[in-house]
Amino acid sequence: MFDLVLKNGRVIDPAHGVDATTDLAIRDGRVAALGAGLAGAEGIDCTGLVVCPGLIDLHVHLRDPGQEWKEDLLSGAQAAAAGGFTTLCCMPNTVPTNDTGAITRDLVERAVAIPVHLRPVGAISRGLAGKELAEIGEMVSAGAVAISDDGCGVQDGHLMRHAMEYARPFKIPVIIHPQDDTLFGHGVMNEGWRATELGLAGIPAAAEEAQIDRDIRLSALTGTRLHVAHLSTAGGVELVRRAQAAGVAVSAEATPHHLLLTDADMPAYDTHWKMSPPLRGAADRAALVAALADGTIQAIATDHAPHAPQEKELPFDDAPFGVIGLETCLGVVLALVRDGRISLADLLHRLTAGPARILGLATGHLAVGAVADLCCFDPQAPWRVEPERFYSKSRNSPWAGQELTGRPLHTILAGRIVCRDGTVVEGR
Amino acid sequence: MGDEVMVTQEEKMASTIEPHGAKGLPFAHTDLLDTAELTGAEISFLLDQSEAFFEINKRQVKKVPTLRGVTIMDCFFEPSTRTRSSFELAGKRLSADVINFSAAGSSLKKGESLRDTARTLAAMGTDLIVVRHPAAGAAASLAEELAVPVINAGDGCHAHPTQALLDLFTLRRAFGRLEGLKVAIIGDIAHSRVARSNLLAMRTLGMETRICAPPTLLPAAVERYGCSVFHHLPSAIAGVDAIMMLRIQRERASSGAFPSLREYARNYCLTRAHLALAAPHCVILHPGPINRGVEIASDVADSPRSLILDQVTAGVAVRMAILYVLWQQGSGQ
Repeated sequence: MFDLVLKNGRVIDPAHGVDATTDLAIRDGRVAALGAGLAGAEGIDCTGLVVCPGLIDLHVHLRDPGQEWKEDLLSGAQAAAAGGFTTLCCMPNTVPTNDTGAITRDLVERAVAIPVHLRPVGAISRGLAGKELAEIGEMVSAGAVAISDDGCGVQDGHLMRHAMEYARPFKIPVIIHPQDDTLFGHGVMNEGWRATELGLAGIPAAAEEAQIDRDIRLSALTGTRLHVAHLSTAGGVELVRRAQAAGVAVSAEATPHHLLLTDADMPAYDTHWKMSPPLRGAADRAALVAALADGTIQAIATDHAPHAPQEKELPFDDAPFGVIGLETCLGVVLALVRDGRISLADLLHRLTAGPARILGLATGHLAVGAVADLCCFDPQAPWRVEPERFYSKSRNSPWAGQELTGRPLHTILAGRIVCRDGTVVEGR
Repeated sequence: MGDEVMVTQEEKMASTIEPHGAKGLPFAHTDLLDTAELTGAEISFLLDQSEAFFEINKRQVKKVPTLRGVTIMDCFFEPSTRTRSSFELAGKRLSADVINFSAAGSSLKKGESLRDTARTLAAMGTDLIVVRHPAAGAAASLAEELAVPVINAGDGCHAHPTQALLDLFTLRRAFGRLEGLKVAIIGDIAHSRVARSNLLAMRTLGMETRICAPPTLLPAAVERYGCSVFHHLPSAIAGVDAIMMLRIQRERASSGAFPSLREYARNYCLTRAHLALAAPHCVILHPGPINRGVEIASDVADSPRSLILDQVTAGVAVRMAILYVLWQQGSGQ
């Protein structure tokens, strides 16, 4: 007798090439069996649903500690559960910065009470100031799975080299937010016709590519794994692809917004479309989608970046960068499958086994004995994005009011149902 | 006695300005945010209306009762002397009550949401709002929130439609037409709302536009304005009917856009010698304030070819026409 059986769903486990309509049974918080006619204390009919490993987002901002008016651990975790995510990696640009073992430990300890596995990312540099290394070893001991100065590019190449060398024995990847500040300047959106037409300062692709190039060379030099966050340009894709072909240990992620939207689509001065890196052109988007399909990009990450309405209501120049994405991610990226750009199994790989592998996590697959983190979604369900119904505290979504197809219904975290029929049932 | 003068003026107005019902106006907007949204017919209509006010401005008594009882709020969130004075004069000549809401440098400039700014303005109950703001898109955001007409008096590097319209008005008076005219715009196109609004309007009107600047002062994909792009001043102005010089901000040199004002002037300052390359009837425009010896030589600025002061004069008439037309749109009269 199992604890919980997901009945008759289309079970897709990209890590093991499984795609079969069958039952999946859970016992003691772990995947116990796959097969027909399994019986459990509780059963959920998953007919017509896809059952896959719980989604892993290796790049979110939970704003906790310090900016809890935007988001906190609980609201972020509930947004994750509603979006089908069971693991989040929270970036260190909090207040204070997660640059010490104490802050990392505080996050890990408080995360016991939230409906998601939290794997913090520690800072590369103290206070993200790019001057001196943060206490990388202490943070790793406390549970950090990677280091990053996300939100800032590390301007000092020498410090970056040291960060990569120093991180190597800890066997964690260094995640870069590639941004040369001198090229980024005061830019607020992609450099190009749309920025010119709107009279807004542009951000050239070179601002991102220059640091990707530098850090690929530093990865080759130091032997430390490099992970490029939110790749946005065709040139960046090419740099990563060539480095991988040359055997450099570099991985990359793309966000749902960069995979689906371009600067030309942006409604004039809509700050819910302002993020860094910015939405690029159609050729960049096509290159990202192709790279996602061919495996150059191993992960989809939302870069969930909550900001309060009053912060986003400022003029475009003054509003902060960032959009939220946990609750819309799956519905957004499933469009790539319908458009024939990528198979469903490969897409789910980039949301599960792909990020798990980058971070060395044991989850993201459905082998018997694996932790029972699961996402059950209806790939055909149409729904309308209503930000006022988000679990997130923030509303800054470029998909507000849009119709999406494909919606997470049940999310199971280590065998516990944390979201049922689209309603989060934990932490309320 | 004052009233008698007004009545007389009103009668004269009736003879010079064609009466239109709100639905009859050949102008489909309740705000003036950019020239991008205007058709050729709408631009011509605004310029025709401006002619009437231009004539009135030549009279000894320049005040007409057209907007008596109407309140205009001129909201300037960045410093401005010329445009603000021009709008204030335009409003006062129409007998409107003009209030200046100057917030440059105050806490309003940054940090207050545009929605709150708009609500504050709406609560004051004015009939027309003129707005200048350092952020591109600010006028459009305010217009979205406000029921009363909003006139964009410059938003960041985005648009400055009333300047473009007064430039066109000045050119039309000089040439009697606009279609087919060749105009060269020289200078910091990248940061110029004046250039953007002019390029859009000139394309709509079938004018030929050229731009000229060092590549560091041109925005990305600028050719999509339908202009030809030059970096060499003599080539850019060869055979043109009008040259529009843009003000060079001194801080552009320190930002590395060009080495020095001296070198900029050597390559891009419009001098008397250049004028021989343009059409013999070529006129010079500049939105002001001018930097003598930087983008324009003193003798060129003061030459009979220069329409720089005519632009300032035209500005009042064009803004009177815009206030009048938009008030009609907004009030349904």
